[in-house]
Amino acid sequence: MSRTIVIDPVTRIEGHSKITILLDERGEVSDAHFHVTQFRGFERITQGRPVHEMPAIMARICGICPVSHLVASSKAVDDILAVEPTPTGADLRRVINLGQIVQSNALSFFHLSSPDLLFGFDADPAVRNIVGVARHSPQLARDGIALRKWGQQIIEWLGGKRIHPTGIVPGGVAEPLSAEVRDRILAGVPEAIAAVERAIAWYKSDMLRWEEEAATFGNFRSAFMGLVDRQGNVDHYGGWIRVVDADGKYLADKVDPRTFNDYIGEAVEPWSYLKSTYWKAMGYPDGIYRVGPLARLNVAERTGTPRADEELEKFRWRVGRVAGSSFHYHYARLIDTLHAVEKIEELLHGPDILSKHVRSVAGINRNEGIGVSEAPRGTLMHHYRVDDDGIVEWANLVIATGHNNMAMNRAVLQVARHHVKGETITEPMLNRVEAVIRCYDPCLSCSTHALGQMALAIDLVGPDGRVLDTLAR
Amino acid sequence: MTTVYTLTIDGRDVAGSEGQTVMEVAEENGIAIPGLCHLEGVHDRGACRLCMVEIAGSPKLAAACMTTIAEGMEVTAHSEQLLEYRRAVTEMMFMERNHVCAVCVANNHCELQDTAAALGLTHFDLPRISPKVDIDASHRLFAIDHNRCILCLRCVRVCDEIEGAHTWDIMHRGLETRVQTDMGIPWGESTTCTSCGKCVQVCPTGALFEKGRPVAGGSKTKRPFLPWLKVVQEERGL
Ligand code: SF4
Ligand code: SF4
Ligand code: FES
Repeated sequence: MSRTIVIDPVTRIEGHSKITILLDERGEVSDAHFHVTQFRGFERITQGRPVHEMPAIMARICGICPVSHLVASSKAVDDILAVEPTPTGADLRRVINLGQIVQSNALSFFHLSSPDLLFGFDADPAVRNIVGVARHSPQLARDGIALRKWGQQIIEWLGGKRIHPTGIVPGGVAEPLSAEVRDRILAGVPEAIAAVERAIAWYKSDMLRWEEEAATFGNFRSAFMGLVDRQGNVDHYGGWIRVVDADGKYLADKVDPRTFNDYIGEAVEPWSYLKSTYWKAMGYPDGIYRVGPLARLNVAERTGTPRADEELEKFRWRVGRVAGSSFHYHYARLIDTLHAVEKIEELLHGPDILSKHVRSVAGINRNEGIGVSEAPRGTLMHHYRVDDDGIVEWANLVIATGHNNMAMNRAVLQVARHHVKGETITEPMLNRVEAVIRCYDPCLSCSTHALGQMALAIDLVGPDGRVLDTLAR
Repeated sequence: MTTVYTLTIDGRDVAGSEGQTVMEVAEENGIAIPGLCHLEGVHDRGACRLCMVEIAGSPKLAAACMTTIAEGMEVTAHSEQLLEYRRAVTEMMFMERNHVCAVCVANNHCELQDTAAALGLTHFDLPRISPKVDIDASHRLFAIDHNRCILCLRCVRVCDEIEGAHTWDIMHRGLETRVQTDMGIPWGESTTCTSCGKCVQVCPTGALFEKGRPVAGGSKTKRPFLPWLKVVQEERGL
């Protein structure tokens, strides 16, 4: 007799999904699938629209990281216009993109993941939430809320709106920065740095408690992908694509992001609407790689800012030069955030940051454009084709959750193997499957390019295809 | 010497000179009658049917922008029934094409949106037609998205009467009606268009817009230039 486990819904992640765990004849876990069950075809609705509308449409794919789509989309349109944004325009885009990184990382770590870390993965869900955190460790909760707010304010002040900002446009940004806004953002820097550093200190002091999770939460060998600048430091906005293997060896370096299609393939599995991307040279499904904060630290030499570099050194000393466990996404996310805050400060002190030259203007000069940037969850790629009048004929997005799709499946499988015993879904196992997915901080609304809320269910399915147990919440 | 007529609009005594329309007299007296095709400086065309009013003694509704005043006229410009009627007309304008305000150049600067809000049109009951409608982005500077055109014909009139180019006109009938450039060729190939941009300025919606402007949040704003052109025309005795 064979069995399957399905988990539905994964709370505290964004979107709509379901997990199936397949058991073999002996009742052992044979495979696990993370399905994304919704699809609304965002690429389709963009067909026939003028390409200048793309950034505004794309910013609406997702209420969680609109700026990331705005940046990647504007870069793709820059490519079609064949223009470089002005230096100040590019720097202002960087600042707002980093504001997005800060706010989204803070949401992931403090609001969604810190309850598990603080109370244990099996604690009562009634306490295992941000309100429980606020009661137990008020400073931690305050820091999370303050960081997120600071990031959101940057988006709002520079982008015009917090939810669907419009300040980033093809060619640069819509408005120059005023000294007043610059100083307002800078005033928040010391507190933001202090908040992340407190969280890092707490994480380091407690991380031994999570040894078991670190060993079983998606701890496997895979490649990693991220953007790096010319010095090989983390670059959230531009630069080159670098891919390293599990030992840190370069699989590719100095790859022009515009050529990503030569390196990355997209596979479709019948059980999910979410395409799985793979490293072409290694084929499917061997070409598994991860993106996001962990990948950014694994591929880069350094972050390029002093405090984050100091922490990165300690990180590598603790978890290795190329950290393999997906559990370390949490730790990496904190260092990524620290770097983002420092980088915002550095950029805002730039001599030309208040320049009025923030936008390059041009017409349609190419029929195809690609824009690549780092979103909070990893490398984000927008690819458009337009006719000679700039009307969109075709669009494709490769999003972080797609890059991580295979890795998430592998991580769920590992956790299931470790925790599934018998034919029922137990609470501890449900909690851990949820928690391992949360390491990747997947945002499923944009993965399927659908709008809306996500929920998760687990089915336990036997070899004969019969559903043995189902758990949803 | 012009003859002055007295009449009532919504029970108020008002006066106007011979040849003036009900719309103009109402405007002068601070009585707002909704209308999307009326535009000061060009001839009225009665295209949108939003300005319909009741005139005592007449069994039919009349377009305020097309009806000249007469002595003793009793006009009802606002009533429950007229409101219902105007809502229905506005709803049809939305349903006839595809309006996605969130990503529209005219968002928050749109006369169709403003009209819907002023009439308290809160939801749509009519079925969507969702026609497949074209965008012409062949012009170097401007584009037209027929998805947002309400066929007010302001572009046609301003191009003809003020610029004197007569690039714009209408073609087809019923649901297929479209404004067109020259004899239905792409705007970018038009030999009559002077690229003056007046049509873009007067378009009440996001149908006509400047290319390459950042979209959303209403990058389309208006410059009030038509009244001045009208003054110039009058001074020149045109
Ligand atoms: S023209 Fe634009 S703003 Fe106006 S109603 Fe249509 S979609 Fe909305
Ligand atoms: S394009 Fe604009 S101005 Fe011309 S008819 Fe349509 S809505 Fe009116
Ligand atoms: S304003 Fe009278 S019909 Fe449009």
